Amino acid sequence: MNTVTLTVKQQPEIILEADCITPDSFAGKTAAEIEKLPVYQGKQNCTLGDYFKVAGKAGSTPAETQIIVNGDCSRVKYIGMKMSAGEVVVNSSTDMYTGGWMKGGKLVVNGNVHSFCGLGMEGGEFIINGNAGNFLGASYRGDWRGMQGGLIRVKGNVGSDIGTFMNGGEMIIEGNADIHIATHAEGGRIVIKGNVNRRIGGQMVKGEVIVFGTVNVMMPGFHYNQDVELTVDGVTAMFQEYNGDLGERHPKRKGEPVYGKLYLKK
Amino acid sequence: MSEFLIKNGYVYDPSQGINGERHDIAVKDGKIVESASSGATVIDAKDKAVMAGALEIHAHIAGPKVNVGRWYRPEDKLFHSYKRGESTRIEGGFSIPTVFKTGYEYARMGYTFAMEAAMPPLYARHVHEEIHDTPIIDEAALPVIGNNWFMMEYIKNNEIENNAAYVAWLLRQTKGYGIKIVNPGGTEAWAWGLNCLTIHDPVPYFDITPAEIITGLIQTNEFLGLPHSVHIHQNSLGLPGNYTVTLDTLKLAEGHTAKNRFGRKQVMHSTHLQFHSYGGDNWGNFESKAREVMDYVNRQENITIDTGNVTLDETTTMTADGPFEHHLHGLNHLKWANVDVELETAAGVVPYIYSPNIKVCGIQWAIGLELALFSKDPMRTFITTDHPNAGPFTRYPRIVTWLMSKKARDDQIKAFKYSDKVVDATEVASIDRELTLYEIAAMTRAGPAAALGLSQNYGGLAPGMNADIAIYNFNDETTDPAAIEKAYGNVAFLFKDGKICVRDGVIVDPGMKHTFWVDVKVKENKQVMHDVREKFLKYYSVNEGNYLVPESYAPHQHVIALDATQ
Ligand SMILES: [Zn+2]
Repeated sequence: MNTVTLTVKQQPEIILEADCITPDSFAGKTAAEIEKLPVYQGKQNCTLGDYFKVAGKAGSTPAETQIIVNGDCSRVKYIGMKMSAGEVVVNSSTDMYTGGWMKGGKLVVNGNVHSFCGLGMEGGEFIINGNAGNFLGASYRGDWRGMQGGLIRVKGNVGSDIGTFMNGGEMIIEGNADIHIATHAEGGRIVIKGNVNRRIGGQMVKGEVIVFGTVNVMMPGFHYNQDVELTVDGVTAMFQEYNGDLGERHPKRKGEPVYGKLYLKK
Repeated sequence: MSEFLIKNGYVYDPSQGINGERHDIAVKDGKIVESASSGATVIDAKDKAVMAGALEIHAHIAGPKVNVGRWYRPEDKLFHSYKRGESTRIEGGFSIPTVFKTGYEYARMGYTFAMEAAMPPLYARHVHEEIHDTPIIDEAALPVIGNNWFMMEYIKNNEIENNAAYVAWLLRQTKGYGIKIVNPGGTEAWAWGLNCLTIHDPVPYFDITPAEIITGLIQTNEFLGLPHSVHIHQNSLGLPGNYTVTLDTLKLAEGHTAKNRFGRKQVMHSTHLQFHSYGGDNWGNFESKAREVMDYVNRQENITIDTGNVTLDETTTMTADGPFEHHLHGLNHLKWANVDVELETAAGVVPYIYSPNIKVCGIQWAIGLELALFSKDPMRTFITTDHPNAGPFTRYPRIVTWLMSKKARDDQIKAFKYSDKVVDATEVASIDRELTLYEIAAMTRAGPAAALGLSQNYGGLAPGMNADIAIYNFNDETTDPAAIEKAYGNVAFLFKDGKICVRDGVIVDPGMKHTFWVDVKVKENKQVMHDVREKFLKYYSVNEGNYLVPESYAPHQHVIALDATQ
């Protein structure tokens, strides 16, 4: 695997949109070619080289390409967008849309990510070693295709509205979450190791939410079903299983309705 | 104004019977002329096809329901927006493009006229605002009248002359072009939570049937002598087995004769027939009835149709057929918008994905193509996608490719997940016919121009006609599907009113668009004016005086004036 190292050399005046920071667009390119890739500041067209020092050389395919980003990227959007393979490691916090519509490979952020990250993610691994903002793994505004596949793991806390319209994949939050978890979800699994504020699974059709900590207020559309033993992220424990959202339509499998599932650790 | 001489091209003009012969076309002062002077700019069209600008007979491209699609589907713009070019504004959206993108995309394909197919009269101002902002192409709009309270009362009482006076008043108020009928009676029934699924289902309260509405409106249309015929979206759209309703509806045209001074021969234009040519009685045994429907259309010469081809894309359905959109939402569970338009109509909007991995979508794709391929008269069969309902109009290059190349069709059939099932339920795989450029020119130019009553100036290349000319990088020798699609989507040149607006697929001039509407003089009718006043006072949420679309909303208008007092 070849490594390309980007180092921030200048902070953008307004937030930089850099959807080209992916193994897919770097693959097969030299440092000089990578410097010429387009980035945007508002309506202005710039190049990656205007803001980053580029060292090293990409592999011939995305899978053989690793990108390491150093320096403060807290005002850089779209890192890793639509990446299909390879690896991106950002040693900083990042702005919105990090890992949006990711299809494969591994994206590691050694810092916090802003809101709308991992939108519509289809595959791969997205590791956030800090906190995440709102709408993590959700759908784009208006869209009904939230996270579809892959794994998102957050070491810290997350904001609100995570997994809105989620219908596949897995999200593991090691800290706490605010309101609106898995709203409109039709699949996938969200694990929250810490506490949740309120409103889990509003209009949820299918999918799972597993909470290890406390829930401030339960949704009225979720009803207790049974106690079950589950092994979640290597931990085996007893959980109370709830069915919901009972106010929403539910598909049938073998004549039985399929509900969204909420598991609360006993 | 400048003068041009288009030399060496292969000309396809069914209005004059010119089939791929080499002709020079001269242009002066916005019109096609017999010959050009020596100072004319020469355009070399060697190896290229030269056609009149194309006419869109049915698309939803302006107005409130299109805009509902735009605002409730930001995701449609997400990866489909382009920054401004040298002489273009920002372009956004895929299935519900912005007004600017709409004009540019039609022009890039060689279109110079488009009919907005459903204008809610109450919101006509919004329609005209958007039409005015759509560059290059000329446009007109059809007010929807098939569920209008005035109309139902007049026709119920057999008062065709009163209905005609009301329609003439409505066209003037809304700057409308003709009579659009959407799910006759069914949309009014929807306000009662019901629908009219056959042409004999009575409308609640009004106690009139779709058949009576359609017949009454045909009589009204011919009483007024409008340039276009009634333009009908039939009952029972999109439901398995609906082809019998379709045939019943088409038969209502029997015995009626077109009366107009525009050379229009049809008394009924039946739109997006793909959605109305379904067999089976559920989605499991769903099948094509395109042959049965086209057998009738081919025989019945006072009918024209358009196809409504499914393009296999993610799109946004929108129609004044309110109950249908509710039904569709029940099938795909995607977001649903619904609007009731007071005494006039309604509308619904639902996104839809025509997936090549779904059997039904493959069959719908086949039906749309079969309609065109079974047609014996390309002058009465027009290509549409019922944009954006069966797919975006920007897919015309691909549809033309499917129609012109059996190989392109076979490749698509092979790509379907359930090819065998699609082939079993349709006839498309066994059709060898490949449409010629002459036939394509009839279906997209000369045919729709005649059906819209515009053939004096549009759809042909005879001296005296508008210099709306599309020059494409292909000819009858071109067989590679990719080459056909590329050429049809990127005109080498588009002349609009004698000006070059597109060159090599790039917009170079915003053109000078015109809005067409029809102003019919009728005998003074105290009864109708009294009814209008009364209904506005009693039922409408606006004043009669605020209903009219003022001149300022259509500053570049072209008024077709008629006299129906005789
Ligand atoms: Zn339509």
